[in-house]
Amino acid sequence: MNNLEQHLDHLATSAIADFALASEPARLEDAKAIYLGKEGSLTILLKGLGKLPSDERKVAGAAINVAKERIESALVTRRDELKNARLEAQLATESLDITLPGRGMPCGSLHPVTKSLLRIEQLFRSIGFDVADGPEIETDWHNFTALNTPENHPARSMHDTFYLKGGDGKVQDDVLLRTHTSPVQIRTMLVHVERYKHLDTLPELRVICPGRVYRVDSDATHSPMFHQVEGLWIGEHVSFADLKGVVADFLRRFFESDDMNVRFRPSFFPFTEPSAEIDVAFTSGPLQGRWLEIAGCGMVHPNVLRFGGFDPEKYTGFAFGMGPDRLAMLRYSIPDLRLFFEGDLRFLAQFN
Amino acid sequence: MQFSESWLRSLCNPPLDTEALCHVLTMAGLEVEEVKVAVPEFSGVFVAQVLTVEKHPDADKLNLCSVDAGQGEILQIVCGAPNVATGLKVPCAVVGARLPTMEIKRAKVRGLDSFGMLCSSRELGIADDHGGLLVLPEDAVVGENIRTSLDLDDHLITIKLTPNRADCLSLLGIARELSALTGAPLTLPVLPDAASVATDSQGQRAIFLDAPDACPRYCGRVLRGVNAQARTPEWIKRRIERSGIRSISAVVDITNYVMLELGQPLHAFDDAKLSGDIHVRYPRPDERLLLLNGVEIEPEPDMLLIADEKRALALAGIMGGEPSSVTAVSTDIFLESAFFAPVAIAGKARTLGFSSDASHRYERGVDFDLPRLAIERATALILACGGGESVKVGPIVEAVSPEHLPRRAPVMLRPARATKVLGIDVTAERAAVLLSSLGLNVAQEGDHLVFTPPSFRFDIEIEEDLIEEIARLHGYDNIPSIPPVARVAMMPAAEFSRGPMQIRQAIAQRDYHEIVNYSFVDAAWEADFSNTTVNAQPIVLANPIASNMSVMRSTLIGGLVDTLVTNRKRQTERVRVFELGRCFFRTSSSAPVTGFDQPLRLAGLAAGFAAPDQWGVPPRRVDFYDVKADVEVLFSPHELSFEPVIHSAFHPGRSARAMLNNQPVGVLGELHPRWVEKYSLGQAPVVFELELTALLMTPPTEYTEVSRLPAVIRDLALVVPQTQPSSAVRNALLAAAPALVRDIMLFDVYQGKGLSENQKSLAFHIVMQDTQRTLEDAEIEDVVARLLVVAQNDFGASLR
Repeated sequence: MNNLEQHLDHLATSAIADFALASEPARLEDAKAIYLGKEGSLTILLKGLGKLPSDERKVAGAAINVAKERIESALVTRRDELKNARLEAQLATESLDITLPGRGMPCGSLHPVTKSLLRIEQLFRSIGFDVADGPEIETDWHNFTALNTPENHPARSMHDTFYLKGGDGKVQDDVLLRTHTSPVQIRTMLVHVERYKHLDTLPELRVICPGRVYRVDSDATHSPMFHQVEGLWIGEHVSFADLKGVVADFLRRFFESDDMNVRFRPSFFPFTEPSAEIDVAFTSGPLQGRWLEIAGCGMVHPNVLRFGGFDPEKYTGFAFGMGPDRLAMLRYSIPDLRLFFEGDLRFLAQFN
Repeated sequence: MQFSESWLRSLCNPPLDTEALCHVLTMAGLEVEEVKVAVPEFSGVFVAQVLTVEKHPDADKLNLCSVDAGQGEILQIVCGAPNVATGLKVPCAVVGARLPTMEIKRAKVRGLDSFGMLCSSRELGIADDHGGLLVLPEDAVVGENIRTSLDLDDHLITIKLTPNRADCLSLLGIARELSALTGAPLTLPVLPDAASVATDSQGQRAIFLDAPDACPRYCGRVLRGVNAQARTPEWIKRRIERSGIRSISAVVDITNYVMLELGQPLHAFDDAKLSGDIHVRYPRPDERLLLLNGVEIEPEPDMLLIADEKRALALAGIMGGEPSSVTAVSTDIFLESAFFAPVAIAGKARTLGFSSDASHRYERGVDFDLPRLAIERATALILACGGGESVKVGPIVEAVSPEHLPRRAPVMLRPARATKVLGIDVTAERAAVLLSSLGLNVAQEGDHLVFTPPSFRFDIEIEEDLIEEIARLHGYDNIPSIPPVARVAMMPAAEFSRGPMQIRQAIAQRDYHEIVNYSFVDAAWEADFSNTTVNAQPIVLANPIASNMSVMRSTLIGGLVDTLVTNRKRQTERVRVFELGRCFFRTSSSAPVTGFDQPLRLAGLAAGFAAPDQWGVPPRRVDFYDVKADVEVLFSPHELSFEPVIHSAFHPGRSARAMLNNQPVGVLGELHPRWVEKYSLGQAPVVFELELTALLMTPPTEYTEVSRLPAVIRDLALVVPQTQPSSAVRNALLAAAPALVRDIMLFDVYQGKGLSENQKSLAFHIVMQDTQRTLEDAEIEDVVARLLVVAQNDFGASLR
């Protein structure tokens, strides 16, 4: 190794050491100036090349460039190191308490009965049921007469049914607050028959009708206003076995319990025949093994089909009515019906 | 209806335990609601006879008795009961007996050995009576287990009957049903030959059916010389008491017994208090009647009466009258057994505010062929316990109007129809077997069957009634559950409309909680919160459950405010709630119900802080503009406009009517300070109420071209009068802007330093962009200048 090479090696070693010592970018740039600046050691050596004979110049130039590249490479590395170190330091100071709560607006909630209705609608839509709606101030004809309820039936009395005062202050006997969602059956049938009257055979009618209903009753388990969902399927070949199939399937899907016990028990409603009450029994949980009355159903009475415009000889159908309030109480283990109508946010906010 | 299981089993006794028997009834539509043991479990108690009674040498109130309990030896028992006496038959618990509350051991009582205990009915859990030992009938068999002797291993079964099954309001009816369901034979009570009973030809009363459609059959019989003091036989007393009817006197108990047994209500009049003939008629003007329950009524014109020649005696089919009732001294009685048409009785008792066992049966339907049989049955029972020889029995006087009796028309059944309705194979043979087991008469007519229902069934008139009976007897459980087969067709799904569920979810996403309030409200809420110019005549309930639930709401706001009050009482300060429900108005329109408009509305209320209390967000009370944003988001992508509104619920300067395509779609605003004070709300909540139909329609989406060229934004700050509505300024600028102006956005409103008191500054971003070319500076400046001129000319605005 000649003198120049030794000198260059020394310079490079010394530059790398100086760079390493520089703890901040400014110091590093100062150190860089010592070697690579206008007056820097290597710059001066390069400038001095011109004075050398041409054969030596080539060799010396190459050696100096090698040293320069070595120093520059060290400089870049050190610059990155310092930059990274500075970023690390910055990040360290910037860290958040990620356990603090998120800011902004939370989400509200749907009423538990609405949540049940949503499920009911989804399940029945999945097998081709439409959802229909009807008025809550209803005619006596739609609520009782067309549903085959006799004139003197106790349900028609003012002990059971809310009536309105007419403009003259007297009781209006032709309208009432609907006592069930069944009148929507009649309305839906009439619309269906009218819509398809040009056809020889009416398409099947599949519909559920959710809504508020009213009865003169108020205690721990009865509210003067509550909810009901009516279901109706009319077609040429609809049987009691189909009714059992659909309703039992629905109940098991609603409660997500394939092994839930469902039984159909003979009962009586003016608007269906044969009629049944539906009981369910859970296979686990606090209500395990107890039969709980959950819905009423039956084959649509021929008189009701006739009132709805269907020929009962050609068409049969089934109908069912159930209480989404009760379904929600069972589904969410809510002990008291009155909680639904009190509007207490501490209760409602649990259902978001 | 409550009844004794052992009584039922005396008429029909299938080989089923209690639980299985109840299951059979329930699954046949006679729903068993409750089963109770008649008497709690106990053992080791026998019928015993007291042989001797001596005073206990060391205790005044105790006796030393020797007792034969049929145990093979005479027992020495110390007894403290006051009524212990030689010869008495009483229950004796022997050593080792387990009673409901104790176990009997050999004991020393005041120094004397006692080998058992003589029992009161309370000690055995039979009744609460603790007056002394339970005295058994003289014919009780010594040594017999007391549970057998008194038939204590019985259950009280309560069934809930549907209104169509009045035929099961009797033991006979239930037994008949049970026999049809299980095949076990039916055992009917044996009656003596009718002719041999009637011996008395005196004192008979003629009967006149003045209203034969309401009462087509009435049977009466006079019994003279009945022992008024006779005691009701224990077995009758036990059976009626286990059916929930109190024992009163022998005659009354027997009428009740026959009613429970056969289903025929009977009434016993004191014959001595009757005058002349019996009339079944409607009331005369001003007629009054004191009923057995102590209530004096003035019967309505449609309430049928039993009367004699002088006065009204009883409310037919409902309740007897006090003045003509049998008493402890009545010896001559007139027994009534009649058929009243259900329509003549239905609802009458309820109108009077009570119900009776008789009315309960008559209004649902009593077997019209039963009156004669029932009166014979009652007669036989009275003779058996009322003094036998001394009673003079008159003939049954029957008045009947055959053309007014119910008809039992034959009903056709097509097995194919039953198969179609039920989804199971129903053959003619099977139908005939099932239905004849219920007492229906079968005949074949061509390829179908014809069934004639018996007189006790009021619910079989059409083919479906027969199909229901077939299903019931076949067993609902035995009908399969089949997933139905149907043609699959997609349902229509309109893209540009939404359902109420989506609206609910959208508003819940904005931090509102859903509530459900009653549709009937306090009349005051209507006055306070409804827009009285729209709803001048609220809809009033004729029979409200309470005065604060007497008016159908025409706005949801009252309920929202009430919910706020409720939650404030429960220390919830920040309240955000919504309700989706109907409001009710009288209108002249005819659909869907003539005279009533019943629109669905969505309403919400926000009170307290805008955001929940949290770190890093300065607390700020919710205001008009927060709620306005909620309303705008609900309607988006529609753009609403807002105009001032005068509405009784709202602060007149802080409320608006929301308009969509120039149609009103709702209101929003701060609650009027008057109501804030009246309902003690503290700070005014902000409320909105929107028409749901407007919310459901969304505009069809249409593509507009997206520019690749840069947008240019110029700001324009305009000083205008403080009262100038900002939307008017923006709308005027938009109207005057050329097509290259994409949007004009209000981004700042300033009042204060640098402006006079009646001025404000509105600052707008003017966003300009072309899809084809880059905009020239000159045209940009030109647009801004033109807009400024519009602002100056239209609103007297100046540049800030």
